Amino acid sequence: MSATVNLDELKYATSHEWAAQGGDIVTVGITQYAVDQLTDVTHLQLPKVGTHVTAGVPFGEIESVKAVFDLNAPVSGVVVEVNAPLASEPSPINEDCYGRGWLIRVQLAPGAGTEHLADKAKYDEQLAHDAH
Amino acid sequence: MPDARTALYDWHVARQARMVPFAGYAMPVQYAGVVEEHRAVRTHAGLFDISHMARLSFGGTNATAFLDHVFTNSVAGMKLDQVRYGLLLNDAGFVLDDVLVYRWPYGYSMVVNASNRGKIVAWLTAQAAAFDVRLGDETDATAMLAVQGPAAVGLTAGMFDLDATTLKNYYATPTFYCRNGCVVSRTGYTGEDGLEIIVPNELAASLAEELVARGAKPCGLGSRDTLRLEAAMPLYGHELTEAIDPLTAGLGWAVKLDKGDFVGRDALKAMTRTRTRVGLELDGKRAAREGCAILAGGEIVGAVTSGSYGPFVEKSIAMATVPVALAAPGTPLTVDIRGTPTPARVVSLPFYRRPKPSETSP
Repeated sequence: MSATVNLDELKYATSHEWAAQGGDIVTVGITQYAVDQLTDVTHLQLPKVGTHVTAGVPFGEIESVKAVFDLNAPVSGVVVEVNAPLASEPSPINEDCYGRGWLIRVQLAPGAGTEHLADKAKYDEQLAHDAH
Repeated sequence: MPDARTALYDWHVARQARMVPFAGYAMPVQYAGVVEEHRAVRTHAGLFDISHMARLSFGGTNATAFLDHVFTNSVAGMKLDQVRYGLLLNDAGFVLDDVLVYRWPYGYSMVVNASNRGKIVAWLTAQAAAFDVRLGDETDATAMLAVQGPAAVGLTAGMFDLDATTLKNYYATPTFYCRNGCVVSRTGYTGEDGLEIIVPNELAASLAEELVARGAKPCGLGSRDTLRLEAAMPLYGHELTEAIDPLTAGLGWAVKLDKGDFVGRDALKAMTRTRTRVGLELDGKRAAREGCAILAGGEIVGAVTSGSYGPFVEKSIAMATVPVALAAPGTPLTVDIRGTPTPARVVSLPFYRRPKPSETSP
């Protein structure tokens, strides 16, 4: 896995999405834990550019052979960019979920932020807890 | 109650399988991943722990008559060592279970779905009251492994006293593994050639280890499900329930209405079939899951019983029962996938059929 971001600088949602903030733009993807649970991503449903997303509310879905899961927006705002090639070829999610497998970029709504999300230490704690 | 463990539980955990509860057992759903395991079975060989399936035995002077009374397929017509698929029905002609019956010189065996074990043992015991028949349950003392795929039979060369390549499809034989009695049958639930092997619990791990060392990839229930779906084999609780009869389920070939009386026969004869099981191919890669509504002309005409992305056929596929008038291959239908109407068409089953073995292959 060639992470193109520093995992310590990411913020994490309890539903296993990560958020990388740069100014008022937040890049969103799913964590390695989510990828490990899914194993084989067969299909991905992503929103169109311009769609309003709300923190904690599904913005799309990700499907493996066995099951389908909601993708929840970690932040509130407007979708400004979508990793469109994933729709036809989702393998970058399996191979590089923190890099080439990013899903959407969101412009934060006025007043919206990432403070409600967990940092790496807290997310790791959640994973350790889930494992028991 | 904690989940029961098969003789291979520790072996699965050591191989980092993801364990899930299934029919009262802790079973591996996958090791490397469903798609990888599925493809291994289609192209080479995979190994499955199917010890959770219930293994029953029948002895006594009336065993043949008894089984012909409870089983839809013909038992008296079976050859020695033959294995036959059929149904157990209730009086109303609906499906209690789908099972395999094995004929031995000394009696019979039956392999029953794990999820139905309690129900079927109780039902068979009640049915047996009028017959001289002894019913045994060997499930807990033995393990059952399936090795499936085009290379499966060949890779067992030398492992058993029997040369498995000489075993005909849907035949079984008692033989020896490491000087211990076992049963090897040329049967399976994947659409591939292969064997199912019943061994004493103590030998399960060494048998699994040897099969893997010879090239079989450990596979979980996840790929077992997608493999059987591509092969259009029904799964109890999905295509088969106590609300469906075997003719509607497309299993008329396993029902011998003219063999003499059996439980459910009169009810079946009196039924008019209005629906039938079909295969559906959907547009796109999104999978239809169990329960998704099927529509024709805006009306709901059925629901998906099993659906998935087919890892080998590389299409979104599903099975369902629909009105007979909508069952012809090519009929366009719509499947409601979580609110999105998705175009689909009826296709003939199975979705996948294994290539015929060439004359020259060993």
